[in-house]
Amino acid sequence: MTAISPPAAQPSAVGRARQWLRDRNVPPVYGILVIIFIVAILLDAFFGIDDELFILNQTILTNILVRSVALGIVAVGQTFVMVGASIDLSVAYLISVTAVGASYLMAGDPNRVWWTVLVLFVVGIVVGLINGTLITRLRINSLIATLGVGLILRGLLNATFENFAGSVPASFQTFAYGTIGPLPISVLVLFLVVLAGWFVLRRMRYGSHLYAVGGSEEVARLSGLRTERVLTMAHVICSVTAVLTGLFVVSRLRAGAPWVGTDGLYDLESIAATVIGGTALSGGKGGVWGTLAGVLIFSILDTMFNQIGIDAYMKQILRGAIIILAVGFYTFRSKAEQG
Amino acid sequence: MARITAGTATTDSFGLRAWQAVRAINPVYFIALVLLVWVGFRNPAFYQPDNFLTFLQRAAPLMILTAGQVFVLVSGGFDLSVGSVVTSTVIIGAILANNDPGATWWVILALLAGGLLIGLINGAVTTYLKVPSLIATLGMLLMARGVGLYWSGGAPRGYLPDNFRMWGRGGIEGLFGLRDFPYAVIVLVVFGVGYWLLLHKLNYGRQLLALGDNPRAARLSGVNVNLMRISAFVLCSMTAVIGGILLGGRGGVSIETGTGLEMQTIAAAVLGGTMLLGGRGSIPAAMAGALALELLFTLLNLLGLPKPLRDAVQGLIIIAAVAYTAYSTRRNR
Amino acid sequence: MKPLRILSLMLIAVLLAVLVACGGTTTTTEEAADNAAETVEEAANEAAETVNEAAETGAGLGMEAAAVATEFFSQEDLDNSIRLISVTPEGPEGEPWNQYLEPNFIDTTQYAKEGPYTFCFSNAGVNNPWRVVGYTTMQAEVDLHPEIEEFIHVDAEGNDEKQIADIQDLVASGNCDILIVSPNTTLALTPAVEEACKSLPVVVFDRGVQTDCPATFVQPIGGYAFGYTGAKFLADNLPDGAKVVALRILPGVDVLETRWAAAKQVFEQENIDVVEVQFGDGNNDKVKTIITDAIQKYGQIDGVWMDAGATAVAAIEAFEDAGQPYPVINGEDQQDFLVKWQENDLTAIAPTFPTFQWRTAIIAALKVLQGEQVPDPWRLPQPAVTQENLDQYVQPGMPPLHYAMCGCETMPDFPERWGGTASQ
Repeated sequence: MTAISPPAAQPSAVGRARQWLRDRNVPPVYGILVIIFIVAILLDAFFGIDDELFILNQTILTNILVRSVALGIVAVGQTFVMVGASIDLSVAYLISVTAVGASYLMAGDPNRVWWTVLVLFVVGIVVGLINGTLITRLRINSLIATLGVGLILRGLLNATFENFAGSVPASFQTFAYGTIGPLPISVLVLFLVVLAGWFVLRRMRYGSHLYAVGGSEEVARLSGLRTERVLTMAHVICSVTAVLTGLFVVSRLRAGAPWVGTDGLYDLESIAATVIGGTALSGGKGGVWGTLAGVLIFSILDTMFNQIGIDAYMKQILRGAIIILAVGFYTFRSKAEQG
Repeated sequence: MARITAGTATTDSFGLRAWQAVRAINPVYFIALVLLVWVGFRNPAFYQPDNFLTFLQRAAPLMILTAGQVFVLVSGGFDLSVGSVVTSTVIIGAILANNDPGATWWVILALLAGGLLIGLINGAVTTYLKVPSLIATLGMLLMARGVGLYWSGGAPRGYLPDNFRMWGRGGIEGLFGLRDFPYAVIVLVVFGVGYWLLLHKLNYGRQLLALGDNPRAARLSGVNVNLMRISAFVLCSMTAVIGGILLGGRGGVSIETGTGLEMQTIAAAVLGGTMLLGGRGSIPAAMAGALALELLFTLLNLLGLPKPLRDAVQGLIIIAAVAYTAYSTRRNR
Repeated sequence: MKPLRILSLMLIAVLLAVLVACGGTTTTTEEAADNAAETVEEAANEAAETVNEAAETGAGLGMEAAAVATEFFSQEDLDNSIRLISVTPEGPEGEPWNQYLEPNFIDTTQYAKEGPYTFCFSNAGVNNPWRVVGYTTMQAEVDLHPEIEEFIHVDAEGNDEKQIADIQDLVASGNCDILIVSPNTTLALTPAVEEACKSLPVVVFDRGVQTDCPATFVQPIGGYAFGYTGAKFLADNLPDGAKVVALRILPGVDVLETRWAAAKQVFEQENIDVVEVQFGDGNNDKVKTIITDAIQKYGQIDGVWMDAGATAVAAIEAFEDAGQPYPVINGEDQQDFLVKWQENDLTAIAPTFPTFQWRTAIIAALKVLQGEQVPDPWRLPQPAVTQENLDQYVQPGMPPLHYAMCGCETMPDFPERWGGTASQ
């Protein structure tokens, strides 16, 4: 971490700021986040489709956070899995299952909310256990295992619910639409999830075990860790966050459709956000705060694209390029730092 | 590698040796065979040469695409941009050719050049920027599709001329007394044999496999690792263009042509025993994996299984096949 | 280690059993046995047993794609839609986008405002050619009205979640005089539209929302009429017991479910044998495969019904490639289908879900802001392309998936703006 020594006896303000950030372990992705935010403001000022700056509009600013909630929650789970050098492609389907399951089971009745939520979390835990077991015990590559589980979930979902009936009760929609003061409840939930993720990863023994497993499973095993359990637990956590995202989505949409997860691209985008946030695909590195920044980058891009009225296909091209460049910048930089 | 060493210490009875010989065969061939027999059992007409060739014509694109994907997989990467490249090939091909038969040849060349460029970008980003290939090609997935749609304004423009479509749709009439011998099958055979030679018989393939198995060792033994990786991506992207030409030929212009193909090719390759993250893979087995997948789709259709369940069965079989491969490799160690 | 492996195998076996139970066939047993053969024998036996048990109890979903989702079905609406097909529209002759069926005019003076206006449009997406043609037509309509000073378009890329946020942003920006919404999903967008109604007038078109708060809702007769027109044509032109393949895009979309619901009823009443109902995902390649297999399986297919026409040409080509006579078919108003129809003299019909409704949305929004009366709902006519008027809709030089029923032929910059070239 102290690879770059101060250039002179009197470090410049920039150098000191950098040192300060580094000492506090602020992921470098926040640099990208700030740059993109500034670029967004400039573009809005010069090319905006309306005269108003989005930066001055509190509702739009809050909405940037709200746009991050769905992806953010599941991305925290994906971070756990990826820190453990695994990956989870089944989250998008699990989100669909949760969304459809919630509206079907609740059927608009407020009395059924609690046990429905409970059932869905159990489903999430089971899916996580299956993922974890396939990967750790049967030694199936995580990409294929979770892809397969995802396909199975999709199949069972579409075969079980031939019509996508039901809806969640209005009271349940408080999750998505309620506010405490100026702060939407959903944003609060996102921050709590991120905070909990940070606490587990950085302050609990389980977290350090997970980093060890992700860093080198062999070494972790030799040092006496039950690596299978650690990684399976990460998958369970990931599936649980996917269920939470599904609940948020359905509470926002009132009723779940089987394509909400896949159309939302939650599988690939959560992976992209996590990688942009500095978690290595090879595991053992990264954390949830970086992931949060990665998710925020996506939301700011969304808002900016709307503000300057970019064509949908151009959006795709830019999004693809930004994913590559952001990750490229990051990996390039960390390589340079290592010497 | 150290595959058939387990039994040497025990008695070499004939039955045991025969069993081991069978064991040494990649199980994907049995799966494909069982499915083949099963499909024929449900639909005897399937074995009529005409019908069977029609089936091969349909399976050809996925088989060729899978063979291309194998090169990237054995080198230790992924290529998620395959499906998007296929879609863009069809859309851009239609814009460029615009129903002019005279344009077909240069359009095909231009498309291949495009594939080359995409492969180079994928490879360069992966090797020089050190972006994991999963992310690099995910970005390319968005970009390639975006470029195609942006160029066309979102809906296909222009038609593919008949002599472009002939590769995926047409055939040589009356060859071997058949109604039609599909060009796609000829393309399939040419690419199948070519890729088999390239990966299994030439030095290039040996180096690529060594690189996927152990990049450090490969580098130390003088393999130009970056160049090899880039070449694998280029090969895969250009194969995707070929696949796009066949699929566009078969179905005509559509923005859905390539949807989901990236995962299907990876699943097919894995079904054929290709190891993710590199080092092991076989072109014939991977192509048999793709064939098995297509047979599976046909069979599930014949059985009248609803489409949603087909997804689930596909998922189960992929998991089971990979679990089996993982299990048998561990046991043989 | 070992018990865990057995456990996992059991898990797979149970899942397989569930699948087989749903499918109503015993056939997957071999598969299970196959995969398990190498491993522990008990597990395999166990698996086979469960599979057999499950198969016995499994009632079987049979042709799942054939089922009509009850949530989306209403006999009353179906009958009403069929009745509306033959109702003569009111409004200016020859301009179907300005016409309406059985209008119920409402007063909009409460929304009246001086121009110039800023129009905001939250679009579900431009992710298919129908929407591309519609959106192009809409932009052209905006250009016809100098009083629309600004037209702000945000695209949700087919994502409900995103469209909700988009609508909130548009409302929050405070710049919009009126909000036009083309919802991605009916139920999901309802709360967002309700919220928007509190701040400004809203016009909804294409798919609906479950609230009356918008100033007006622009929609053609709808899915029932589409499905009915195609199915009725097939039934009228085919003998009793003729074999028909029904191709659908995907399940669970209300506007598509209604199409199939209407068609299914017609086929049942008219004694048409629907041998296959399949989802083709709007993918040419899949559609071709489905038709090719059906021809192989049944020897002959007499008719093809589709809930959307983008893949109609692929379906027809499957007959050509198999050396079979052309089926009686319904497509949609895409150019490639109309051209194919004309060239090969098919027995065909093209019901439409007209893209000119995108023009009407702008016209309606303008009327609302000017305080003029508008019909609510604004029921647009839904003409079909038939043998009689086919020549009028075949437009050489237009892209293959251009929708002929765009009502855009007389607009400025036609055909270039729609990606076509002036015909010779």
